[in-house]
Amino acid sequence: MTIETTKGPLLEVRDLHVYYGHVQALKGISFHVNEGEIVTLIGGNGAGKTTTLHTLSKLLTPRSGEILLGGQPIHKIDADEIVRTGITHVPEGRRIFSRLTVRENLEIGAYLLTSKTEITRRIEASFELFPRLRERERQYGGTLSGGEQQMLAIARALMLDPRIILLDEPSMGLSPLFVEKIFEIIQSVNKSGKTVVLVEQNALMALEIAHRGYVLQSGHVVMGGDADLLAKDPSVQSAYLGGEIAAAL
Amino acid sequence: MLTDMLLLLPTTLIDGLVLGLIYASIALGYTMVYGVLGLINFAHSEVFMVGAIVAIEVLIYGLAGTGLHPLIQLVVAIAVGGLAAGFLAVAIERVAYRPLRVRNAPRLVPLITTIGVSLFLQDSVRFVESLFGQFIRPFPSFPFFNRQIVLSETVFISNRTLAIIVLAVTLLAGLYYMVHRTRLGKAMRAVALDQKTSQLMGINVNKVIATTFFIGGVAGGVAGVLYALQFGRMDPFSGFIPGIKAFTAAVLGGIGSVEGAVLGGVLLGILEVVLGTYIPMWTNNAIGTEYKDIIAFSILILILIFRPNGLVGRAYAEKV
Repeated sequence: MTIETTKGPLLEVRDLHVYYGHVQALKGISFHVNEGEIVTLIGGNGAGKTTTLHTLSKLLTPRSGEILLGGQPIHKIDADEIVRTGITHVPEGRRIFSRLTVRENLEIGAYLLTSKTEITRRIEASFELFPRLRERERQYGGTLSGGEQQMLAIARALMLDPRIILLDEPSMGLSPLFVEKIFEIIQSVNKSGKTVVLVEQNALMALEIAHRGYVLQSGHVVMGGDADLLAKDPSVQSAYLGGEIAAAL
Repeated sequence: MLTDMLLLLPTTLIDGLVLGLIYASIALGYTMVYGVLGLINFAHSEVFMVGAIVAIEVLIYGLAGTGLHPLIQLVVAIAVGGLAAGFLAVAIERVAYRPLRVRNAPRLVPLITTIGVSLFLQDSVRFVESLFGQFIRPFPSFPFFNRQIVLSETVFISNRTLAIIVLAVTLLAGLYYMVHRTRLGKAMRAVALDQKTSQLMGINVNKVIATTFFIGGVAGGVAGVLYALQFGRMDPFSGFIPGIKAFTAAVLGGIGSVEGAVLGGVLLGILEVVLGTYIPMWTNNAIGTEYKDIIAFSILILILIFRPNGLVGRAYAEKV
C-alpha cells in the first residue's frame, strides 16, 4: 500500500518499544516520514499517538528501537538537545506559558537563538503570519482563547525554523471555524517547506490534508499508506471516521 | 510622649527598612527556588549563615591590616561570601535534591531533606569554626561604619545603614531586572510554569534549576553579610530565625513572586522594628520589645487569612 520514494526518508522510526513504568505503551512501532510530507498518525484513545510524539522529542525514552533523522540516530540525545536537530513539538493542550506574554512565549520559542535582531525579525515574521497575535502581543498567554493559543503554540514551534514540526491534537477543543483555520495553517506551513507529523482525533480532516497516514491501535501500527486510500478503507471508515459521514462525502 | 514617639519615628523607620531589605534579599532565595521547583528550601537559612561567616573570615584573615578603605573591604568580603553561598546552594541541590527529583520522590521527601541539610550545615560549621576557637564570629569593627551623617537636628543615619541600604537595593534591583528582562530570567519563569514544555523549547531544565539555586544562594549570602554587619556577629545557629522570618516574608508577599518577596520583606522588617520600639512605650514597658514577634506574626496571620495567596500572589490555577 505504501509508496516508497527512492530517496531515504527524513525521519525513520524502527521497532520502537516504550513503557510507562511496567505498562507497555508502544509495542514495536515502525514508520517513516519523507521530506516535505504531512504524515498523520490516527487511532483511538490510548492507541499510542501522543506517546509516539513524546518519544520523538525525547520527553520519553524508548526501551528499545531506533529513531533516525536523515539516517542519524537521535533516540539517545536529551529532549532539550532534540530541538537543535530541527524537530519542534507543539504539545497536546497547547501548553502556552500562561504567565508569560505572547511576545515572551515567542521569545522562549527562539530560546536557542542568541542574536536579538534575528529573534525580533522572526517575531515580526510570525506576526505577519498570525496578525491576531500581534494584537495580543503584551497579553499573558493564559488570557488567549483556545484558537489563539493554538496559533501561538504553532508560531512558537516555528520560531527556530525547524525541518520537522510535530503537532499533537491541534484541533482539540476548538470551534469548527477555528479547526478549519488551524488546518489551513498546517497546510501552508507544510507548503513553506516544513515536514509535518500530525496526530489527530479528527481523523477525517487529518487524512484530508495529509499525504500519508498510519493507523495506531493499542501500541501497534496496524495500517499505513496513502491518506486517500486510508480514508476510503472500510475498516478505517467504520473505526475512526464514523461510517455514514465518511460515506456521504 | 507623643513628641518622643515622633522624634523616634524616622530612625525607627530607617532601621525597619534596613532589616526589611535584608529579609527581602533572603526571601528571594526561598521564592525563586519555590518558583521553579515548588520546594521550600529550609537549608537556605544556612546558606545565608555560611555567606556571612565566610565574609567575616575574609575580613579577619584576608583583609585586616591591608589598609584598604572599609567600603572596599566590605565589597570584597560580600563578593567572596556571596559566591561561597551561591556555590554551596548549587552543591546542596546537586547532592541532596536532584537525586530525589530524578527519582520522582513524593513532595514531602525533599522538604524533609531540606530540614536535614539545614541541621547538617549548622553543626558542620560549628565543628569547623570550633577548631579555630569560638564559633561565634563577631563582625570586625570599622569606625567608618559607625560614623553618622546628620540629616536634620534629630535624624542621623550611619554609614553602616547607608551602605546596607545601597547594597541591598542594588542587589534587589539587579535580581528584578534579571528575572524580568533577561533570557535567563525568561527561561526561569518558563521552567517555573511548565518544565516539560520548557524542554521542548530547548531549555536545559537542570541547568536552569542549578542557576536558580546559585543566584538565590548569592542573594542569601550577601544578605547574611549585611545582617552580620548590622547586628555585629554571626554564629552557626543564627541563620535560623532570620531564615524563618524571610520565608514568612516570601509567603506574605506571595511565594514565587520576586516583587512579593521584596514587599513582604520590607513590610515585615518595618513592622518588627516599629512594634518593637513603640509597644514598650505604649504599655509602660508592661509588654517589652521581646514580644514584637508575637505581634508582628499575628498581623501577618491576619493578612494571610484575608489574602491567602499573599499580597501579590496568583489567585488562579496555573495548569489548564
